[in-house]
Amino acid sequence: MRGYLREDGRKGIRNVVAVAYLVECAHHVAREIAWPYRDRGVHLIGFPGCFPNEYAERIMQQLCTHPNVGAVLLVSLGCEGFNRHNLADAIRNSGRPVETLVIQQSGGTFRTIEAGRNWVEAARRELDAQEPVSMQPGELVVGTICGGSDATSGVTANPAVGRAFDLLLADGASCIFEETGELIGCEHHMAGRAVTEELGREIVASVAKAARYYQAFGHGSFAPGNAEGGLTTIEEKSLGAYCKSGTGPIAGLIKPGDLPPRPGLYLLDVVPDGEPRFGFPNIVDNAEIVELVACGAHLTVFTTGRGSVVGSAVSPVIKVCANPDTYRNMPDDMDINAGRILESAVPVDDVGRQIYELVLTVAGGRQTASERLGHQEFVLTYKTFEPTGPDCLPGV
Amino acid sequence: MDENNLVIRLDPSDNVGVAACSLHDGQLAHCEGRPLTVIGDVPTGHKIAVQAIAAGAKVVKFAAPIGSATCDIQPGEHVHLHNLRSDYLPTYTFDPGKAYVRRV
Repeated sequence: MRGYLREDGRKGIRNVVAVAYLVECAHHVAREIAWPYRDRGVHLIGFPGCFPNEYAERIMQQLCTHPNVGAVLLVSLGCEGFNRHNLADAIRNSGRPVETLVIQQSGGTFRTIEAGRNWVEAARRELDAQEPVSMQPGELVVGTICGGSDATSGVTANPAVGRAFDLLLADGASCIFEETGELIGCEHHMAGRAVTEELGREIVASVAKAARYYQAFGHGSFAPGNAEGGLTTIEEKSLGAYCKSGTGPIAGLIKPGDLPPRPGLYLLDVVPDGEPRFGFPNIVDNAEIVELVACGAHLTVFTTGRGSVVGSAVSPVIKVCANPDTYRNMPDDMDINAGRILESAVPVDDVGRQIYELVLTVAGGRQTASERLGHQEFVLTYKTFEPTGPDCLPGV
Repeated sequence: MDENNLVIRLDPSDNVGVAACSLHDGQLAHCEGRPLTVIGDVPTGHKIAVQAIAAGAKVVKFAAPIGSATCDIQPGEHVHLHNLRSDYLPTYTFDPGKAYVRRV
Protein backbone atom coordinates (compact mmCIF):
# COMPACT_ATOMS: atom_id res chain seq x y z
CA MET A 1 0.00 0.00 0.00
CA ARG A 2 1.00 3.60 -0.55
CA GLY A 3 -0.47 6.89 0.58
CA TYR A 4 -0.11 10.65 0.25
CA LEU A 5 1.45 12.08 3.39
CA ARG A 6 -0.22 15.16 4.92
CA GLU A 7 1.22 17.60 7.44
CA ASP A 8 -0.84 16.17 10.33
CA GLY A 9 0.80 12.76 9.77
CA ARG A 10 -2.26 11.13 8.22
CA LYS A 11 -1.97 9.58 4.78
CA GLY A 12 -4.51 9.65 1.98
CA ILE A 13 -5.29 6.74 -0.36
CA ARG A 14 -6.43 9.22 -3.03
CA ASN A 15 -5.12 12.68 -3.93
CA VAL A 16 -8.29 14.59 -4.71
CA VAL A 17 -8.79 18.25 -5.63
CA ALA A 18 -12.02 19.22 -3.87
CA VAL A 19 -14.16 21.97 -5.40
CA ALA A 20 -16.51 23.14 -2.63
CA TYR A 21 -19.52 25.41 -3.02
CA LEU A 22 -20.49 27.22 0.17
CA VAL A 23 -24.13 27.87 -0.72
CA GLU A 24 -26.51 26.46 -3.33
CA CYS A 25 -26.22 29.74 -5.28
CA ALA A 26 -22.58 28.80 -6.02
CA HIS A 27 -23.36 25.15 -6.86
CA HIS A 28 -23.67 25.57 -10.61
CA VAL A 29 -20.43 27.51 -10.94
CA ALA A 30 -18.56 24.96 -8.79
CA ARG A 31 -20.02 22.05 -10.79
CA GLU A 32 -19.02 23.67 -14.07
CA ILE A 33 -15.49 24.18 -12.76
CA ALA A 34 -15.16 20.53 -11.69
CA TRP A 35 -17.03 18.80 -14.53
CA PRO A 36 -14.26 18.64 -17.18
CA TYR A 37 -11.93 17.07 -14.60
CA ARG A 38 -14.38 14.57 -13.11
CA ASP A 39 -12.30 11.60 -14.28
CA ARG A 40 -9.07 13.18 -13.06
CA GLY A 41 -9.66 13.22 -9.31
CA VAL A 42 -11.56 16.49 -9.01
CA HIS A 43 -14.58 16.06 -6.73
CA LEU A 44 -17.51 18.37 -6.01
CA ILE A 45 -18.67 18.86 -2.42
CA GLY A 46 -20.66 21.63 -0.76
CA PHE A 47 -23.33 22.91 1.57
CA PRO A 48 -26.55 24.37 0.16
CA GLY A 49 -27.89 26.47 3.02
CA CYS A 50 -27.53 30.25 3.36
CA PHE A 51 -28.02 30.19 7.17
CA PRO A 52 -24.89 29.37 9.15
CA ASN A 53 -24.69 26.00 10.91
CA GLU A 54 -21.86 24.91 13.20
CA TYR A 55 -22.23 21.25 12.28
CA ALA A 56 -22.05 21.91 8.53
CA GLU A 57 -19.01 24.17 8.92
CA ARG A 58 -17.26 21.48 10.98
CA ILE A 59 -18.07 18.72 8.49
CA MET A 60 -16.88 20.86 5.57
CA GLN A 61 -13.64 21.58 7.43
CA GLN A 62 -13.05 17.90 8.16
CA LEU A 63 -13.72 17.01 4.52
CA CYS A 64 -11.45 19.75 3.14
CA THR A 65 -8.64 18.59 5.44
CA HIS A 66 -9.36 14.88 4.88
CA PRO A 67 -6.24 12.83 4.09
CA ASN A 68 -7.67 11.89 0.66
CA VAL A 69 -7.86 15.60 -0.26
CA GLY A 70 -4.72 17.35 -1.51
CA ALA A 71 -6.02 20.78 -2.54
CA VAL A 72 -9.26 22.75 -2.23
CA LEU A 73 -11.02 25.40 -4.29
CA LEU A 74 -13.79 27.19 -2.37
CA VAL A 75 -16.58 28.76 -4.42
CA SER A 76 -18.66 31.37 -2.63
CA LEU A 77 -21.44 33.56 -3.95
CA GLY A 78 -20.31 36.26 -1.52
CA CYS A 79 -23.29 37.04 0.70
CA GLU A 80 -24.04 33.60 2.25
CA GLY A 81 -23.79 32.82 5.96
CA PHE A 82 -21.07 30.19 5.64
CA ASN A 83 -17.79 31.46 7.17
CA ARG A 84 -15.50 31.04 4.16
CA HIS A 85 -12.61 32.81 5.90
CA ASN A 86 -12.45 30.28 8.75
CA LEU A 87 -12.64 27.38 6.33
CA ALA A 88 -9.89 28.76 4.08
CA ASP A 89 -7.67 29.40 7.14
CA ALA A 90 -8.16 25.84 8.39
CA ILE A 91 -7.25 24.41 5.00
CA ARG A 92 -4.21 26.69 4.66
CA ASN A 93 -3.06 25.75 8.19
CA SER A 94 -3.29 22.07 7.21
CA GLY A 95 -0.62 22.71 4.56
CA ARG A 96 -2.92 22.30 1.57
CA PRO A 97 -3.14 24.65 -1.41
CA VAL A 98 -6.44 26.55 -1.16
CA GLU A 99 -8.09 29.30 -3.18
CA THR A 100 -11.39 31.09 -2.61
CA LEU A 101 -13.34 32.43 -5.56
CA VAL A 102 -16.16 34.80 -4.66
CA ILE A 103 -18.52 34.97 -7.62
CA GLN A 104 -19.73 38.48 -6.78
CA GLN A 105 -16.12 39.71 -6.81
CA SER A 106 -14.89 37.63 -9.74
CA GLY A 107 -17.03 39.03 -12.52
CA GLY A 108 -19.93 36.57 -12.31
CA THR A 109 -20.57 33.08 -13.58
CA PHE A 110 -18.48 32.84 -16.74
CA ARG A 111 -15.32 34.51 -15.43
CA THR A 112 -15.43 32.58 -12.14
CA ILE A 113 -15.73 29.27 -14.00
CA GLU A 114 -12.73 30.21 -16.15
CA ALA A 115 -10.63 31.29 -13.15
CA GLY A 116 -11.68 28.15 -11.26
CA ARG A 117 -10.69 25.81 -14.08
CA ASN A 118 -7.29 27.48 -14.36
CA TRP A 119 -6.70 27.00 -10.63
CA VAL A 120 -7.90 23.37 -10.69
CA GLU A 121 -5.66 22.60 -13.67
CA ALA A 122 -2.60 23.92 -11.81
CA ALA A 123 -3.54 22.20 -8.55
CA ARG A 124 -4.06 18.92 -10.39
CA ARG A 125 -0.59 19.17 -11.96
CA GLU A 126 0.94 19.85 -8.56
CA LEU A 127 -0.79 16.90 -6.91
CA ASP A 128 0.05 14.56 -9.78
CA ALA A 129 3.73 15.29 -9.16
CA GLN A 130 3.48 14.31 -5.49
CA GLU A 131 5.35 11.08 -4.61
CA PRO A 132 3.36 8.66 -2.47
CA VAL A 133 4.93 7.08 0.60
CA SER A 134 4.44 3.58 1.99
CA MET A 135 1.38 3.01 4.15
CA GLN A 136 0.34 0.18 6.49
CA PRO A 137 -3.16 -1.37 6.88
CA GLY A 138 -3.10 -0.17 10.51
CA GLU A 139 -3.15 3.43 9.26
CA LEU A 140 -6.53 2.97 7.59
CA VAL A 141 -9.86 4.28 8.82
CA VAL A 142 -12.68 2.20 7.29
CA GLY A 143 -16.40 2.93 7.57
CA THR A 144 -19.33 0.66 6.84
CA ILE A 145 -22.92 1.34 5.92
CA CYS A 146 -25.83 -0.62 4.51
CA GLY A 147 -28.38 0.73 2.07
CA GLY A 148 -31.22 -0.76 0.10
CA SER A 149 -31.27 -3.60 2.61
CA ASP A 150 -33.34 -6.73 2.16
CA ALA A 151 -33.64 -9.97 4.07
CA THR A 152 -30.42 -11.32 2.54
CA SER A 153 -28.33 -8.37 3.85
CA GLY A 154 -28.21 -9.63 7.42
CA VAL A 155 -27.46 -13.19 6.33
CA THR A 156 -24.70 -12.67 3.75
CA ALA A 157 -23.05 -9.27 3.17
CA ASN A 158 -23.36 -7.79 6.67
CA PRO A 159 -21.83 -10.69 8.62
CA ALA A 160 -19.10 -10.93 5.95
CA VAL A 161 -18.23 -7.24 6.48
CA GLY A 162 -18.15 -8.03 10.21
CA ARG A 163 -15.45 -10.64 9.52
CA ALA A 164 -13.52 -8.11 7.42
CA PHE A 165 -13.76 -5.60 10.28
CA ASP A 166 -12.35 -8.20 12.69
CA LEU A 167 -9.38 -8.71 10.32
CA LEU A 168 -8.82 -4.94 9.94
CA LEU A 169 -8.94 -4.45 13.73
CA ALA A 170 -6.33 -7.19 14.09
CA ASP A 171 -4.10 -5.10 11.78
CA GLY A 172 -4.55 -2.09 14.06
CA ALA A 173 -6.91 -0.18 11.77
CA SER A 174 -9.79 2.02 12.92
CA CYS A 175 -13.27 0.86 11.93
CA ILE A 176 -16.52 2.81 12.20
CA PHE A 177 -20.09 1.53 12.05
CA GLU A 178 -23.10 3.77 12.38
CA GLU A 179 -26.75 4.75 12.26
CA THR A 180 -28.01 4.34 15.81
CA GLY A 181 -31.54 4.56 14.37
CA GLU A 182 -30.83 1.29 12.56
CA LEU A 183 -29.46 -0.33 15.70
CA ILE A 184 -32.73 -0.12 17.64
CA GLY A 185 -33.07 -3.41 19.51
CA CYS A 186 -29.29 -4.07 19.60
CA GLU A 187 -28.40 -1.49 22.24
CA HIS A 188 -27.91 -3.87 25.18
CA HIS A 189 -25.79 -6.28 23.17
CA MET A 190 -23.64 -3.35 22.02
CA ALA A 191 -23.33 -2.10 25.60
CA GLY A 192 -21.95 -5.51 26.53
CA ARG A 193 -19.18 -5.06 23.95
CA ALA A 194 -18.21 -1.58 25.16
CA VAL A 195 -14.76 -1.29 26.76
CA THR A 196 -16.24 0.39 29.87
CA GLU A 197 -19.64 0.33 31.60
CA GLU A 198 -19.92 4.09 31.22
CA LEU A 199 -19.47 3.80 27.46
CA GLY A 200 -22.10 1.04 27.46
CA ARG A 201 -24.56 3.40 29.13
CA GLU A 202 -23.77 6.11 26.57
CA ILE A 203 -24.44 3.65 23.74
CA VAL A 204 -27.82 2.64 25.22
CA ALA A 205 -28.67 6.33 25.64
CA SER A 206 -27.68 7.11 22.02
CA VAL A 207 -30.04 4.43 20.68
CA ALA A 208 -32.84 5.67 22.96
CA LYS A 209 -32.23 9.16 21.54
CA ALA A 210 -32.49 7.75 18.02
CA ALA A 211 -35.78 5.94 18.80
CA ARG A 212 -37.17 9.16 20.33
CA TYR A 213 -36.04 11.24 17.37
CA TYR A 214 -37.56 8.91 14.81
CA GLN A 215 -40.75 8.62 16.90
CA ALA A 216 -41.10 12.41 16.76
CA PHE A 217 -41.09 12.16 12.98
CA GLY A 218 -43.50 9.22 13.14
CA HIS A 219 -41.23 7.13 10.96
CA GLY A 220 -38.36 4.74 11.59
CA SER A 221 -35.47 4.15 9.22
CA PHE A 222 -37.44 1.68 7.17
CA ALA A 223 -38.31 2.03 3.48
CA PRO A 224 -40.97 0.16 1.48
CA GLY A 225 -38.20 -1.68 -0.40
CA ASN A 226 -37.01 -3.16 2.88
CA ALA A 227 -40.42 -4.80 3.37
CA GLU A 228 -40.62 -5.99 -0.24
CA GLY A 229 -37.23 -7.56 0.33
CA GLY A 230 -38.55 -9.58 3.27
CA LEU A 231 -37.65 -7.40 6.24
CA THR A 232 -40.67 -6.96 8.50
CA THR A 233 -39.63 -4.80 11.46
CA ILE A 234 -37.02 -2.16 12.35
CA GLU A 235 -35.48 -4.51 14.95
CA GLU A 236 -35.05 -7.22 12.31
CA LYS A 237 -33.38 -4.70 10.00
CA SER A 238 -31.26 -3.51 12.93
CA LEU A 239 -30.02 -6.98 13.88
CA GLY A 240 -29.05 -7.63 10.28
CA ALA A 241 -27.26 -4.29 10.06
CA TYR A 242 -25.53 -4.79 13.40
CA CYS A 243 -23.58 -7.84 12.09
CA LYS A 244 -21.43 -5.40 10.08
CA SER A 245 -19.66 -4.39 13.28
CA GLY A 246 -18.02 -7.80 13.71
CA THR A 247 -17.05 -9.08 17.15
CA GLY A 248 -14.43 -6.58 18.35
CA PRO A 249 -14.76 -4.57 21.55
CA ILE A 250 -16.36 -1.14 21.02
CA ALA A 251 -13.69 1.45 21.85
CA GLY A 252 -15.80 4.57 21.63
CA LEU A 253 -18.93 6.42 20.59
CA ILE A 254 -18.14 9.32 18.25
CA LYS A 255 -20.17 12.04 16.52
CA PRO A 256 -19.91 13.27 12.92
CA GLY A 257 -16.56 14.99 12.41
CA ASP A 258 -14.82 13.29 15.36
CA LEU A 259 -11.67 11.43 14.33
CA PRO A 260 -11.07 8.06 16.05
CA PRO A 261 -8.40 8.99 18.63
CA ARG A 262 -6.68 5.60 18.41
CA PRO A 263 -7.14 2.30 16.54
CA GLY A 264 -10.24 0.26 17.35
CA LEU A 265 -13.94 -0.10 16.62
CA TYR A 266 -16.18 2.96 16.94
CA LEU A 267 -19.92 3.52 16.81
CA LEU A 268 -20.87 6.76 15.04
CA ASP A 269 -23.90 8.50 16.55
CA VAL A 270 -25.50 10.25 13.58
CA VAL A 271 -28.72 11.36 15.30
CA PRO A 272 -28.74 15.06 16.28
CA ASP A 273 -28.83 16.19 19.91
CA GLY A 274 -31.60 18.28 21.44
CA GLU A 275 -35.15 18.68 20.22
CA PRO A 276 -35.77 17.46 16.64
CA ARG A 277 -35.29 20.57 14.50
CA PHE A 278 -34.14 20.11 10.94
CA GLY A 279 -35.90 16.97 9.79
CA PHE A 280 -34.89 13.34 9.49
CA PRO A 281 -31.47 12.55 11.00
CA ASN A 282 -30.04 11.36 7.70
CA ILE A 283 -32.16 11.95 4.66
CA VAL A 284 -30.42 9.30 2.55
CA ASP A 285 -27.46 6.88 2.59
CA ASN A 286 -24.97 9.40 1.20
CA ALA A 287 -25.60 11.74 4.15
CA GLU A 288 -24.25 8.92 6.35
CA ILE A 289 -21.31 8.25 4.04
CA VAL A 290 -20.37 11.95 4.19
CA GLU A 291 -20.35 11.75 7.99
CA LEU A 292 -18.17 8.62 7.94
CA VAL A 293 -15.76 10.40 5.59
CA ALA A 294 -15.79 13.45 7.89
CA CYS A 295 -14.66 11.08 10.68
CA GLY A 296 -11.60 10.34 8.57
CA ALA A 297 -12.79 7.19 6.75
CA HIS A 298 -10.44 6.53 3.83
CA LEU A 299 -13.06 4.31 2.26
CA THR A 300 -16.50 2.92 3.02
CA VAL A 301 -17.76 -0.65 2.66
CA PHE A 302 -21.40 -0.47 1.54
CA THR A 303 -23.64 -3.54 1.71
CA THR A 304 -26.81 -3.70 -0.34
CA GLY A 305 -29.50 -6.29 -0.99
CA ARG A 306 -31.93 -4.36 -3.19
CA GLY A 307 -29.07 -2.86 -5.19
CA SER A 308 -27.69 0.59 -4.41
CA VAL A 309 -25.47 2.15 -7.07
CA VAL A 310 -23.98 5.10 -5.18
CA GLY A 311 -20.37 6.05 -4.59
CA SER A 312 -19.06 9.13 -2.83
CA ALA A 313 -16.96 12.22 -3.22
CA VAL A 314 -13.56 12.16 -1.45
CA SER A 315 -13.49 8.50 -0.32
CA PRO A 316 -14.08 5.37 -2.45
CA VAL A 317 -17.07 3.13 -1.77
CA ILE A 318 -16.78 -0.67 -2.05
CA LYS A 319 -20.12 -2.26 -2.89
CA VAL A 320 -20.86 -5.67 -1.34
CA CYS A 321 -23.99 -7.21 -2.86
CA ALA A 322 -25.99 -9.36 -0.43
CA ASN A 323 -28.59 -10.78 -2.78
CA PRO A 324 -27.52 -13.20 -5.56
CA ASP A 325 -30.45 -12.16 -7.80
CA THR A 326 -29.50 -8.48 -7.45
CA TYR A 327 -25.90 -9.31 -8.31
CA ARG A 328 -26.99 -11.00 -11.54
CA ASN A 329 -29.22 -8.06 -12.32
CA MET A 330 -26.61 -5.30 -11.87
CA PRO A 331 -23.13 -6.85 -11.71
CA ASP A 332 -21.26 -3.78 -13.02
CA ASP A 333 -22.24 -1.81 -9.92
CA MET A 334 -20.96 -4.40 -7.47
CA ASP A 335 -17.45 -5.16 -6.21
CA ILE A 336 -18.27 -8.36 -4.31
CA ASN A 337 -20.99 -10.98 -4.62
CA ALA A 338 -21.79 -12.00 -1.04
CA GLY A 339 -24.96 -13.73 -2.29
CA ARG A 340 -22.78 -16.79 -2.91
CA ILE A 341 -23.07 -17.45 0.83
CA LEU A 342 -26.78 -18.13 0.36
CA GLU A 343 -26.72 -19.63 -3.11
CA SER A 344 -23.51 -21.67 -3.16
CA ALA A 345 -22.93 -22.18 0.56
CA VAL A 346 -19.61 -20.26 0.39
CA PRO A 347 -18.46 -19.73 4.01
CA VAL A 348 -19.02 -16.25 5.44
CA ASP A 349 -15.35 -16.23 6.48
CA ASP A 350 -14.23 -16.61 2.84
CA VAL A 351 -16.29 -13.63 1.67
CA GLY A 352 -15.11 -11.69 4.73
CA ARG A 353 -11.48 -12.29 3.76
CA GLN A 354 -12.26 -11.30 0.16
CA ILE A 355 -13.70 -7.99 1.41
CA TYR A 356 -10.67 -7.45 3.65
CA GLU A 357 -8.29 -8.06 0.75
CA LEU A 358 -10.27 -5.77 -1.54
CA VAL A 359 -10.12 -3.00 1.09
CA LEU A 360 -6.32 -3.22 0.98
CA THR A 361 -6.26 -3.35 -2.83
CA VAL A 362 -8.56 -0.32 -3.16
CA ALA A 363 -6.47 1.50 -0.56
CA GLY A 364 -3.53 0.66 -2.80
CA GLY A 365 -5.12 2.52 -5.70
CA ARG A 366 -7.46 0.11 -7.50
CA GLN A 367 -10.70 1.77 -8.56
CA THR A 368 -14.00 0.48 -7.14
CA ALA A 369 -17.04 -0.16 -9.35
CA SER A 370 -18.65 3.12 -8.31
CA GLU A 371 -15.41 5.04 -8.97
CA ARG A 372 -15.17 3.51 -12.45
CA LEU A 373 -18.77 4.51 -13.15
CA GLY A 374 -18.15 8.10 -12.03
CA HIS A 375 -20.31 8.05 -8.89
CA GLN A 376 -19.36 10.94 -6.60
CA GLU A 377 -22.61 11.55 -4.69
CA PHE A 378 -22.57 14.09 -1.91
CA VAL A 379 -25.24 15.35 0.53
CA LEU A 380 -24.86 17.64 3.52
CA THR A 381 -27.78 19.21 5.40
CA TYR A 382 -28.48 21.02 8.69
CA LYS A 383 -27.97 19.35 12.09
CA THR A 384 -27.07 20.21 15.67
CA PHE A 385 -24.77 18.27 17.98
CA GLU A 386 -23.47 18.76 21.47
CA PRO A 387 -19.77 17.97 21.99
CA THR A 388 -18.91 14.30 22.56
CA GLY A 389 -18.92 13.51 26.29
CA PRO A 390 -15.85 12.14 28.17
CA ASP A 391 -17.51 8.75 28.86
CA CYS A 392 -17.81 8.20 25.09
CA LEU A 393 -14.05 7.95 24.56
CA PRO A 394 -12.62 6.02 27.53
CA GLY A 395 -8.93 6.51 28.21
CA VAL A 396 -8.53 9.51 25.90
CA MET B 1 -27.72 -25.33 -2.63
CA ASP B 2 -28.27 -27.86 0.16
CA GLU B 3 -31.64 -29.56 -0.49
CA ASN B 4 -31.77 -30.66 3.16
CA ASN B 5 -31.49 -27.10 4.35
CA LEU B 6 -33.54 -24.86 2.06
CA VAL B 7 -34.80 -23.11 5.19
CA ILE B 8 -31.73 -21.84 7.03
CA ARG B 9 -31.98 -21.25 10.76
CA LEU B 10 -29.38 -18.62 11.70
CA ASP B 11 -29.27 -19.58 15.38
CA PRO B 12 -30.53 -22.66 17.28
CA SER B 13 -32.75 -20.43 19.43
CA ASP B 14 -34.56 -18.95 16.39
CA ASN B 15 -38.21 -19.86 15.72
CA VAL B 16 -37.99 -18.65 12.11
CA GLY B 17 -35.61 -19.61 9.32
CA VAL B 18 -34.60 -17.94 6.06
CA ALA B 19 -35.51 -19.20 2.57
CA ALA B 20 -32.27 -20.03 0.73
CA CYS B 21 -34.12 -19.67 -2.59
CA SER B 22 -37.67 -18.80 -3.56
CA LEU B 23 -40.10 -21.45 -2.24
CA HIS B 24 -43.72 -21.97 -3.25
CA ASP B 25 -46.92 -22.72 -1.38
CA GLY B 26 -47.24 -26.42 -0.56
CA GLN B 27 -43.59 -27.23 -1.38
CA LEU B 28 -41.86 -29.77 0.83
CA ALA B 29 -38.67 -28.07 2.05
CA HIS B 30 -36.28 -29.05 4.80
CA CYS B 31 -34.74 -27.21 7.70
CA GLU B 32 -31.65 -28.93 9.08
CA GLY B 33 -32.92 -32.18 7.52
CA ARG B 34 -36.38 -31.96 9.10
CA PRO B 35 -39.30 -31.76 6.65
CA LEU B 36 -41.36 -28.57 6.54
CA THR B 37 -44.34 -27.90 4.27
CA VAL B 38 -44.22 -24.32 3.04
CA ILE B 39 -47.40 -22.28 3.58
CA GLY B 40 -47.56 -19.30 1.19
CA ASP B 41 -45.07 -18.31 -1.53
CA VAL B 42 -41.80 -17.29 0.08
CA PRO B 43 -39.19 -15.29 -1.89
CA THR B 44 -35.44 -15.68 -1.32
CA GLY B 45 -34.33 -14.42 2.08
CA HIS B 46 -37.82 -14.15 3.53
CA LYS B 47 -38.73 -15.77 6.85
CA ILE B 48 -40.49 -19.08 7.47
CA ALA B 49 -41.71 -20.32 10.87
CA VAL B 50 -39.79 -23.47 11.83
CA GLN B 51 -42.12 -24.12 14.78
CA ALA B 52 -45.56 -22.99 15.91
CA ILE B 53 -45.58 -19.42 17.24
CA ALA B 54 -48.56 -18.29 19.34
CA ALA B 55 -50.22 -14.89 18.86
CA GLY B 56 -48.37 -12.34 21.02
CA ALA B 57 -45.20 -14.46 21.28
CA LYS B 58 -41.82 -13.08 20.23
CA VAL B 59 -40.55 -13.98 16.79
CA VAL B 60 -36.84 -14.81 17.19
CA LYS B 61 -34.18 -14.43 14.46
CA PHE B 62 -30.41 -13.83 14.89
CA ALA B 63 -30.99 -15.21 18.45
CA ALA B 64 -32.93 -12.03 19.25
CA PRO B 65 -36.58 -10.92 19.21
CA ILE B 66 -37.51 -9.07 16.02
CA GLY B 67 -41.12 -8.29 17.06
CA SER B 68 -44.33 -10.06 18.15
CA ALA B 69 -46.66 -12.42 16.29
CA THR B 70 -50.02 -10.75 15.58
CA CYS B 71 -51.80 -14.12 15.17
CA ASP B 72 -51.02 -17.82 15.61
CA ILE B 73 -48.36 -18.88 13.11
CA GLN B 74 -48.05 -22.50 11.87
CA PRO B 75 -44.75 -24.26 11.20
CA GLY B 76 -43.81 -23.68 7.53
CA GLU B 77 -45.77 -20.44 7.27
CA HIS B 78 -44.34 -17.31 5.63
CA VAL B 79 -43.63 -14.77 8.38
CA HIS B 80 -43.94 -11.16 7.28
CA LEU B 81 -46.13 -8.05 7.57
CA HIS B 82 -49.36 -10.08 7.82
CA ASN B 83 -48.41 -11.87 11.04
CA LEU B 84 -45.52 -9.98 12.65
CA ARG B 85 -45.19 -6.43 13.99
CA SER B 86 -42.41 -4.37 15.57
CA ASP B 87 -42.19 -3.87 19.32
CA TYR B 88 -40.56 -0.47 18.65
CA LEU B 89 -41.66 1.55 15.61
CA PRO B 90 -44.28 0.98 12.89
CA THR B 91 -43.23 -0.39 9.51
CA TYR B 92 -44.04 1.49 6.31
CA THR B 93 -44.68 -0.07 2.94
CA PHE B 94 -46.53 0.37 -0.33
CA ASP B 95 -49.67 -1.67 -0.76
CA PRO B 96 -49.95 -2.88 -4.36
CA GLY B 97 -51.49 -0.08 -6.40
CA LYS B 98 -52.16 1.95 -3.29
CA ALA B 99 -50.53 4.68 -1.29
CA TYR B 100 -47.86 4.63 1.35
CA VAL B 101 -49.17 2.63 4.30
CA ARG B 102 -48.30 2.64 7.98
CA ARG B 103 -48.55 -0.82 9.52
CA VAL B 104 -49.09 -1.06 13.26
